[in-house]
Amino acid sequence: MEHEEILHRCFRCGYCKLPGNYVDINCPAYLAFRFETYSPGGRMWLLRAWLDEKISASERFAEIMFSCATCGNCVEHCAFPEFRDRLLLAFTAGKEALLDAGQVPAPVRDYLTKIQLHGNPYGKSVKKSGQWLDGLDVALFSDQEHLFFIDDVGTYDPRGQEIARSVVTLLQKAGISFGIITDAMNSDGNDVKAMGETALFEDLAEKNIKVLNKLNVKKIITLSPHSLNALKNDYPALGGQYQVFHYTQVLAFAMAGLTFSDKEPEAKIAYHDPCYLGRHNTDYESARMILRSVPGVTLVEMDRNRNNALCCGGGGGNFFTDILSGGDETSARVRVREAVDAGAEILAVACPMCAVMLEDAVKAENLDDRIQVLEVSEIVRQRF
Amino acid sequence: MKSIKFNPDLCVNCETIDCLMKCQYVTFSDIAEAREEKLKINDGKDSRVLHECLTCYSCQEYCPYDNNPFFLLVERQEEKGVLPAPKPIVEEQLRMMAPKGRITKQAVSGPVVDMCAFPMLTGCVRGKLFEGASTIVGTDIFCNIMWLHFAKNSTIRERVPQMIDNIMSFYLKDSDTNELVCFHDECYGTYTSVADAYGIEVPFKPIHQFDYYNQRLDILKDHIKPINAKIVYQRPCSNRLCPQTDQVLDEIFEKIGAERVPRKYDRENALCCGGVPRAHQRDELADELVEKNINDMLSVGATYCVFNCPFCMATLGQEVAEQGLMPILVSDLVQIALGE
Amino acid sequence: MTTDLINRLAKIVGPGFVSGEAEERYLYSMDPGTMPAAAPDAVVMPANTEEVQQVILLANELKVPIVPMGAGLVLSGLTRALRGGIIVDMKRMNHIIEVNPQSRYAVVEGGASQGMLKSYLKKHHPQLKHSMPDAPPIATMAGNVCIHGSGHLSVLGGSHSDMLTGMEVVLPSGEIIRTGSCSVSGEWFARSPLPDLSGLFVGWAGTTGIVTRLGIKLFPSYKHNDVLIFVAEDADLMPEIISRLTSTQVAEDMTPWMSPKPAWAKGFLHINIAYGAHTKKELIFKRNLLQASVREYIDQKIAGFLPLPPPQKGRFLEIPSPDLARFADLRKGGGFEYVGALMAIEHFPQAYRAGLAIAEKFNVSYSLGSRIIGAGHCMMFFFAYAFNRADAEDVKRASDALEATNEAALKIGGIPWKAEEPAQKQIIDKMDPNTFALMDRIRSVLDPNQIMNPGNWEK
Repeated sequence: MEHEEILHRCFRCGYCKLPGNYVDINCPAYLAFRFETYSPGGRMWLLRAWLDEKISASERFAEIMFSCATCGNCVEHCAFPEFRDRLLLAFTAGKEALLDAGQVPAPVRDYLTKIQLHGNPYGKSVKKSGQWLDGLDVALFSDQEHLFFIDDVGTYDPRGQEIARSVVTLLQKAGISFGIITDAMNSDGNDVKAMGETALFEDLAEKNIKVLNKLNVKKIITLSPHSLNALKNDYPALGGQYQVFHYTQVLAFAMAGLTFSDKEPEAKIAYHDPCYLGRHNTDYESARMILRSVPGVTLVEMDRNRNNALCCGGGGGNFFTDILSGGDETSARVRVREAVDAGAEILAVACPMCAVMLEDAVKAENLDDRIQVLEVSEIVRQRF
Repeated sequence: MKSIKFNPDLCVNCETIDCLMKCQYVTFSDIAEAREEKLKINDGKDSRVLHECLTCYSCQEYCPYDNNPFFLLVERQEEKGVLPAPKPIVEEQLRMMAPKGRITKQAVSGPVVDMCAFPMLTGCVRGKLFEGASTIVGTDIFCNIMWLHFAKNSTIRERVPQMIDNIMSFYLKDSDTNELVCFHDECYGTYTSVADAYGIEVPFKPIHQFDYYNQRLDILKDHIKPINAKIVYQRPCSNRLCPQTDQVLDEIFEKIGAERVPRKYDRENALCCGGVPRAHQRDELADELVEKNINDMLSVGATYCVFNCPFCMATLGQEVAEQGLMPILVSDLVQIALGE
Repeated sequence: MTTDLINRLAKIVGPGFVSGEAEERYLYSMDPGTMPAAAPDAVVMPANTEEVQQVILLANELKVPIVPMGAGLVLSGLTRALRGGIIVDMKRMNHIIEVNPQSRYAVVEGGASQGMLKSYLKKHHPQLKHSMPDAPPIATMAGNVCIHGSGHLSVLGGSHSDMLTGMEVVLPSGEIIRTGSCSVSGEWFARSPLPDLSGLFVGWAGTTGIVTRLGIKLFPSYKHNDVLIFVAEDADLMPEIISRLTSTQVAEDMTPWMSPKPAWAKGFLHINIAYGAHTKKELIFKRNLLQASVREYIDQKIAGFLPLPPPQKGRFLEIPSPDLARFADLRKGGGFEYVGALMAIEHFPQAYRAGLAIAEKFNVSYSLGSRIIGAGHCMMFFFAYAFNRADAEDVKRASDALEATNEAALKIGGIPWKAEEPAQKQIIDKMDPNTFALMDRIRSVLDPNQIMNPGNWEK
């Protein structure tokens, strides 16, 4: 297994379980399950034990490994410099080894199978990937400055589609030059890679790169931070070299060109940093810049923000596999409670997965009358 | 061992004994007393000056004959075992700053900027001001002038030639330049004033950071956006070894639209930042120096407190910032004016 | 039997919070130190005192051992299930119940972490702080108090057990009892003036009950904080230096350290002295008092304060400091353990020399140091050895060095702190027999079925 030489170096000191300000548990899997086994240190020691044949590749071990939301909190807060950079890589390698050993939780297997067969986890035909447009007038990509890349959730999930339409409308209003592809793109593969299915990820990426290169795409705006991460950090090694931005990174610099209504509603808004925009790509400011420039918005911060943000629990494929769901202490439910405690009326998100996860959590917590989850573009558009 | 370049006759015939009479930290009842103490030092006898000296280098600048009074004083301190700081403190620092032998050959091209032992400052070398620059840094090229504060001329004699050799053989020899831009003017002082007085050969041409900035500003004059701000300047001890560069700094400030507001403790009357007295276990004196400096700065009304020496900035920066002045290095101020 | 146990535990805490699976049994069988594995039959995570009580009653019924565990960071293997049974992982009980700012105490649950309380106080009571140990922030307060831990306010307030104001405990027989003022008035301000029953649960390595709540003292949090590092070369001077520095009653924390790494520090003896003040003027006054106390050594040039510009002080003021955990990576092997021996301060030179000799003899990577407890009343002298977990010989070497250190500490007159099971036997061998007999009698009263962490404090 790749990175196996570092597994024993984990001291299990537990800095990885907490944010930098120690407010509360910040590892989604450990928060939900609470057994030491589900903490990053527990995973490191169990992987070592498995390789040493002290434990076997059981169903539970697989659940422990695949419950990791790849949020990167452990990487951010581990006390050991350099070593920490390899924590998530080791977990991914562990998952890959479990896949090779044939021990995979059923929902993970289903997720990967659907992607293998259809190019997306919804089992829909790629040819119909433009249905999210729902009558919107958006040009297909030809020679525009940017390609707008929509992830699986934005393409196929009803709530994700709303967000995709919202962002498209806003980019148009801001005068950004972009086009879309409606019949050829596969899943970005970010979460497939995080699950250790490297070969499938490479297959997805290579197919996408072929389409992108054929269309001579140079600059890409992504709807999802997960896509940003894959396209920006993983595609170059496979021949896909583009300038990649999350849409908030483009919009932040176009806000001055937007005009707002005089009757904008006042609102206290807390921004939830998506892991793949924040910790994985260290952008904590673009979305805040946008929100700060919207009239009527008062930004409040949750105790856990920026590099200390608590993940919604949807990363690492958990959005689709639901391994982390159930119980009162799922990170999405804890997160919406935290937003209410911070005095927010709106919880702003910048990722379609976070939007769905946190909206479900608001319902589960019966907080519908206290807080609303809105995507950043929706907050901006409400105030035109 | 080469002795310090020094002519005792110049002191015997000196009319002013400025080296001691101008001293801000050791006081004398009259010139006769100062002369007596100076001659004691020259003759290798014990003098209270050896014990009371703050090691601020100022007498190097005050001496009208460039007769190296400070270097001689340090020589005498070491000969007589007069330790300005406790032995374990000196010993630990000697180890901390010792060459580690971790240096490796690195291709560099001009301008080559010597960052001394301040790796955390290499980020300062950026933008148009340092376009195309290479940096070198680490304890293997540390200028070692700090040992003047600790009665350790022997360490300077031992380590400086080694550092010079490292700079040449690992960097400059195979490069396209024979010039070394000294980001820290302690380095410049070492490779000019100290090297000359101690008889150490320097095979490259040291360039003071101010001379470098001044020339670059001429080249980049179309990019300058005057900052139009009042500044106060904290002149460091090391600048006493190259006082001519203070005028160059004036030219720089003028070019970037910074008004160097006159303050009591500037130029020849500059006051120590307080860092070295703390190493000498004289914290109460250090507190007094900090307070005097800060009050003096505040009394003239300025936006920036500009530092030449990173150590002065580390010592005073936090206090300066708490008082509402922005602490900044000369290079960063210049870069602001260049729109960076 | 195990299936029955799991099912019955699941009825108490819910199926999600009990496990007899191989993964949990493996991971909970050891801690990051050198002690050999001892696996439990089950791990259970109760949510409240009543669930703890139910678990203990079940254990009594089934005659199954119970091992309480906080964060499991003790390093000396005290949370291993030496005779199998149930490990009670307390970390779901991590609530901060109450902070009394006027009488300066906090009441927390048995699984509440140091980091969470620090964070809570910073947000809600910035004028207050509690004494953090050097353990990572996930370490629990109850665990640390129960082992007589110490921390960043120990010069000011003594050991963490001295800062204890009361407890709620589930006894081995299942009764829930309270100690200290909360047993009478409902407020948690002090252990006095009652018979001090808290002593029945502190230092017993979990053999007398499970702490479900505790009250701890809080202290003023200062706006201005500083650290001085005093450096000397002669170990024989250290007791007097410590005596003089503590006599000023200014320091919050004093931690001597002697380490071969970084290389510049080898052979020198350092004392980090942390102190704080409400104003800068007060801070300088305190610094001057500290400096004046050791001026004689400075004037002789045989010791002095390391000059540290303000930006360099930050890492020494970080509480807790991750540098401590980083020691585990010294041999790129994820392990360290230490003997921390409580001893009289005059034994500092002996302890230092013994540590150097043992490190040399066993060829282990070491770090030596201590924490002063109280105003120079005693110290916890630590001998820490790093090891490579993947190298069995290296682990053995560290383990042997630890055993030799325990012997040396006892010989000097010290007592190993949070002693491993073998070291407990070494202590018992030196203990007044009547004292040990009393310990045994107390336990037989409290724990007639001998279910509480058996294997500890036994001959």
